Amino acid sequence: MFEDGTIINELLIERLNYLIYVVLLLIGLHAMIAKKNLIKKLIGMSIFQTAIILFYVSIGVKEGSTIPVYLPEHDPHGSHSVPSDTNETSHFEHGPVILDSSLVKGYANPLPHVLMLTAIVVGVATLGLALALCQRIYQGYGTIEEDELLAKMESREIRAKALSVQIPKDQKLPKKDELKKSKSRPVSKSKTQSVSKPKSKGKK
Amino acid sequence: MENAIAWIFIFPLFGSVACAILGISNRKICYPIAVLSMAGSLWAGIETLRQVLSANDHTVSYLFGGWTLDAYPRGVGIEFHADILGILITLVVLGVGFLVSLYSKLPVEEETPGKEPLFYTLFLLQVTGLAGICLTGDAFNLYVLIEVAALTGYGLIAIGSNRAAAATFNYLILGTIGASLYLLGVGYIYIKTGTLNMVGIHDIIVAQGLADSATMQVAFVLVGVGILIKMAFFPFHAWLPNAYCNAPTTTSSLLAPLVTKVMIYVMIRMVLSVFGVEFSFESTLWTDVLPWLVVVAIVCAAVMALAQREIKRMLSYLIVAEVGYMVGGVWIYNYYGLIGSIFHVISDACMTLCLFLGAGLILRKAKTTHFDGLRGLFTKMPLTMTGFFIGGFSIIGLPPTCGFFSKWYLITGGMVSQRWEYMIVLMFSTMVMVVLFFRMIERIHLAVSESGENLGHGHGDLGLTDQQTRFDEGPLSMLIPLLLASAVVLVVGIYNQEVVSLIEIFLSDFNLPRGEGIE
Repeated sequence: MFEDGTIINELLIERLNYLIYVVLLLIGLHAMIAKKNLIKKLIGMSIFQTAIILFYVSIGVKEGSTIPVYLPEHDPHGSHSVPSDTNETSHFEHGPVILDSSLVKGYANPLPHVLMLTAIVVGVATLGLALALCQRIYQGYGTIEEDELLAKMESREIRAKALSVQIPKDQKLPKKDELKKSKSRPVSKSKTQSVSKPKSKGKK
Repeated sequence: MENAIAWIFIFPLFGSVACAILGISNRKICYPIAVLSMAGSLWAGIETLRQVLSANDHTVSYLFGGWTLDAYPRGVGIEFHADILGILITLVVLGVGFLVSLYSKLPVEEETPGKEPLFYTLFLLQVTGLAGICLTGDAFNLYVLIEVAALTGYGLIAIGSNRAAAATFNYLILGTIGASLYLLGVGYIYIKTGTLNMVGIHDIIVAQGLADSATMQVAFVLVGVGILIKMAFFPFHAWLPNAYCNAPTTTSSLLAPLVTKVMIYVMIRMVLSVFGVEFSFESTLWTDVLPWLVVVAIVCAAVMALAQREIKRMLSYLIVAEVGYMVGGVWIYNYYGLIGSIFHVISDACMTLCLFLGAGLILRKAKTTHFDGLRGLFTKMPLTMTGFFIGGFSIIGLPPTCGFFSKWYLITGGMVSQRWEYMIVLMFSTMVMVVLFFRMIERIHLAVSESGENLGHGHGDLGLTDQQTRFDEGPLSMLIPLLLASAVVLVVGIYNQEVVSLIEIFLSDFNLPRGEGIE
């Protein structure tokens, strides 16, 4: 269908789309893997998913075509401009009808775009969940930088190991633990205590 | 029941909605809802298996939205397509889900107090997603269901501690990369074939001879790498141990047996049913490359498992090693390897369930899953330990358990394809697991601590007090699912011929090399 005239121009435009999609994909991937800040990772994730959406939208593009609803002259059941009960039941009985391939040319394929609606919903859900996780991480550790987070988790792990092995002494240690936590972050004092309370129970 | 396949999803889906709504006023009601909907779903699954076996071509199709198969080219409308492989793995998913839901009463109340409605909502949605992955016949629908399972999985893991939230974040990033690559691959498939129906894609690949098409090769690589990331194949495994050992007990018991195994099912489905045997094994380089990656994966995972001093973390690395087994079984490319792979998906789910349920009980009683906390536990909780070690023996591959038979087929497959490196690595990993589990058995019986452990018990008090050895089993609601799971491990092992004959019916549609002179 691209034979008429502007083929080079159209190919250039389409290739540009795919070029942009690959560049966006790589930017997103880089951000997700190499960035240390959790929020930057999430921005990368959004770029990554958007790149895929761009790809799908690009493959569904068809210039000069209309939405895939029967044009009046193609409608096998006559005009739908005046819907009536009888018309609808007949529609239900026969179902949609496949048009000849020559007539189909004027319609765009809706499927890639529709798929992307679902992918966008999935992407939004993932992003929302990830932001909630970031919030939890910030409340728990006071940072969203990955290397600081790992260092904090490691120091707590060593402390937890010491707790779990020294069975007779574990009455004292949780208190030390709480003290240190509250020293390091006086801002969210009440929260750390509420978090660490069930922990210290569990260790008994 | 005509539409049993739909009831598989109706029960947990509406159960999850009921949990979310009714749970607001009464938190206690969520547990019975979860158990009942899992039981109903399991019943529908068994009914579907019966229908699949009695159908002529061993498939059952369910089309959404009133589309029919004969009126249009396959691919218009979403289809749920149950064949023997799909329904077998679905039954594994539903069975594990049922046992874990039974088990979950006390751990959920104790570990996530006040969050029961949310937990069970996510739990049931997770099972819906995983069962959907096994039964869907539509490549894009598969992506959506993978994300449904993944998103609920993130929630289920992060509902625990703050550490779990941090671990989930890495899981989420890697999981999203994996699923997105899969989605991209589906896009390439769609460009070339114009359909998303799995059967339709395969028909068009065969009819138009697309095996040499560069687009399909790209699609294959994208889909394949995406699935390998999702299944925690060795270089991409980093998210798994952290996520599973920080998760609440119920979550890890549900996710550890299922998520990686279901993704292996997706790989088998893509390789055999979608791209087809000729395309996957002969037009790509994967048969040359992947078995060597599997060798590296199994060795590294086994060595890392050996280095762990904590049960749940050790089990997580064992899962990574087992993923290597199953991927290897597929890519050594022969009949016996594939039987082994599919059978190992089933048996590995059962035995991992056993181990994680056991670990949950140990954690509850000993307050730690560190190896040193195991001292003298056999006299204290003999039933729990028996169930746990039936799972352990199955991982090692001792004869009456199902792990022996699946490993037997995998090794036979390696022999038929003359992949000696794969066989050697299986043997190596088996020996590592023998060391791992017998080290634990020694610990639970002999009441000694490991020498060289510098974690502060230099006071010579290695004996046990009366209180530590008194008979003290876990609660029945947790013990019975564990014993049922270990019974399943033994029953699947004893009736292995029946399972294998089902898998053989499925594989008889495919043209796979069988080797000569092997009975």
